[in-house]
Amino acid sequence: MSTTDLQVHNPVEDLLRQDRIPTIWCPGCGIGTTVNSFAHALLKQDIDLNKTAIVSGIGCSGRVSGYMNLDSFHTTHGRAIPFATGLKLANPELNVIVYSGDGDLAAIGGNHLIHAARRNIDILVVCINNMIYAMTGGQAAATTPSGSLSTTSPYGSYEPELNLVQLVDAAGASFVARWTAYHVMQLERTLEKALKKKGFRFIEVLSPCPTYYQRKNNMGDALQAMLDYKKRSKIKHGCPTWETAIVPGGDIIVGEFVDREREDYLTRMRKQLGPHYSEFPPQWDEQESMGCSKEC
Amino acid sequence: MTHADPRCVLTGTHFINGDAACCEGALAAGARFAAGYPITPSTEIVERFAARAPEVGGLFIQMEDEIASSIAIQGMVWAGQKAFTVTSGPGFSLMMEHIGFAAMTETPVVFVDVQRGGPSTGLPTLPSQGDMMQARFGSHGDYAIIALSPNSPQECFDLTVKAFNLAEEFRVPVMLMMDECVGHMTERVVIPPAEQIPVYPRRHTKKPPGEFRLFEPGEDLVPDMAHAGEGYKVYVTGLTHDERGYPSLSPAAQKKLVFRLFEKIRRAADRLVMVESDQLEGAEVVVVSYGITSRVALRAVQMARAKGIRVGTLRLICVWPFPEKLIRELAPKVKALVMPELNMGQVVLELERCAGGQCRVISVPHAGGTVHDPAEILAAIERGAQ
Repeated sequence: MSTTDLQVHNPVEDLLRQDRIPTIWCPGCGIGTTVNSFAHALLKQDIDLNKTAIVSGIGCSGRVSGYMNLDSFHTTHGRAIPFATGLKLANPELNVIVYSGDGDLAAIGGNHLIHAARRNIDILVVCINNMIYAMTGGQAAATTPSGSLSTTSPYGSYEPELNLVQLVDAAGASFVARWTAYHVMQLERTLEKALKKKGFRFIEVLSPCPTYYQRKNNMGDALQAMLDYKKRSKIKHGCPTWETAIVPGGDIIVGEFVDREREDYLTRMRKQLGPHYSEFPPQWDEQESMGCSKEC
Repeated sequence: MTHADPRCVLTGTHFINGDAACCEGALAAGARFAAGYPITPSTEIVERFAARAPEVGGLFIQMEDEIASSIAIQGMVWAGQKAFTVTSGPGFSLMMEHIGFAAMTETPVVFVDVQRGGPSTGLPTLPSQGDMMQARFGSHGDYAIIALSPNSPQECFDLTVKAFNLAEEFRVPVMLMMDECVGHMTERVVIPPAEQIPVYPRRHTKKPPGEFRLFEPGEDLVPDMAHAGEGYKVYVTGLTHDERGYPSLSPAAQKKLVFRLFEKIRRAADRLVMVESDQLEGAEVVVVSYGITSRVALRAVQMARAKGIRVGTLRLICVWPFPEKLIRELAPKVKALVMPELNMGQVVLELERCAGGQCRVISVPHAGGTVHDPAEILAAIERGAQ
């Protein structure tokens, strides 16, 4: 039997840019695990993958866009959401997914997160929360649990941590959920559900960073992190988000917290504009149909 | 080149200010999308656009800050639209990172800066030309851009159209460097019929997905484009990248990319020279200016000519790239080049470099807040003529 006979086609491969593999992620990192769930969820959708764009900011999770075989946008630090906003508004046919990290989306990009949720821009945001700035070598983040050691909190962080799901709920998101890298099946199902929904959808996924967070805080390796997630996680769908704070050593509340109907930005805009809005075809199409190209 | 869509063009003679003319220019050029954040003295542009855009199937979104605005417009461009943002000094400072992103990703996009007095909050309602160097060099790293400077509401219209066309042709961010005077000045603006307004269409590839490489340059060193949602699976990153758009973090890839980003503009420099000149032949002194300052300088030039000094004028309409060759040829023929600017002397540094010591270069600086007193410029002309 030759080795080629043993190769089994993994359907997820079609969704990855094979020529970009291997990834930059460390052994034990949870980002790839979430991408697997995401890819499976995408494959189960009845959506045109040619009309699906993925936008990231900067950081370890910011590299996800570049590994997906979709329209990939690796933007500036913190600005994936406003880029995605422009992309979606200028072509509402696109399915726009933002995939990035906690430092990117919630600290430097925190303001955009709030306002995209408030506007209910029709995008799905997957926020990988590894509780640390990993790409730059393990500095404290807005999500770093208080007391944690990091390269910029050598005496233990003395800042309180931000609860992302509560923030996004308060700002008005249509859908808010949290899972961990341990909950691969639940995450996949929630992603499937979120991909079908309209409006601003936010999924936080806790992910271990064995290189910078777990190691620095004597929390063991990636396997230990999985055991920790398993032990500490409590599934509470519909839980009020103000009861979901992640406290060091305490319960990790996971599940689908918010699922509400709110008109998204464009629906509301068009309704309000009524007869003042007139639909135009995209410009360059129009010019091509006029027989003009750059040569003329 | 094609021409403007008549549905977007307010053909006719209008009595409007520079900000309104800029908005109409953007619409005529094919921009139906804009993102912005309110800031004096630029706000009137997007106020008008917010009212006009829905009529033509577009929209204006007021973002939470200028950082968001300057990247949202790039999302709009990659979705297949033409888009722009509008700001003034403090907002322009916040946009710098995304000017670099646009340069790096070759996103055709227009930034309008209606300049006001600075630094910092400075003089929100009063003019300056203090952002000229920032327009050229403000983002980190090395890149090239194009910057235009109108001196009338009519030119705010004309040069906004031009800015979009150049952005599309070269796939660079183009800066329209207005100032408070030009923005708020109301004058006659003639908007021609749509078929007389040339519009450069998106350089969309003719190749099918699979054969197309997103950053493979054409003969003019500018790559063709494809958008999200067309099946091309584009990969756009601010990282140094190869012709596929894939990150490639080697000195060789960096050299190849950065040299090309420079060269595509440098190679076209002669074509990009846009100046207006008067009586350069036989002039002993030439007043070089741009934007509103050119109109004040004209008064000083008239006064100098009345005194018998042979003065020429050279107005820079395209400031960046700087008309280097023109100045090199002009400098040995004159005693002095006089440059009034509503800043402490920015573009004059480039003038001096290009003059290369072949004539005197006299800066007439101004801290901003108002225009020059023509007497200050006259004094500099007189000094230059000695």
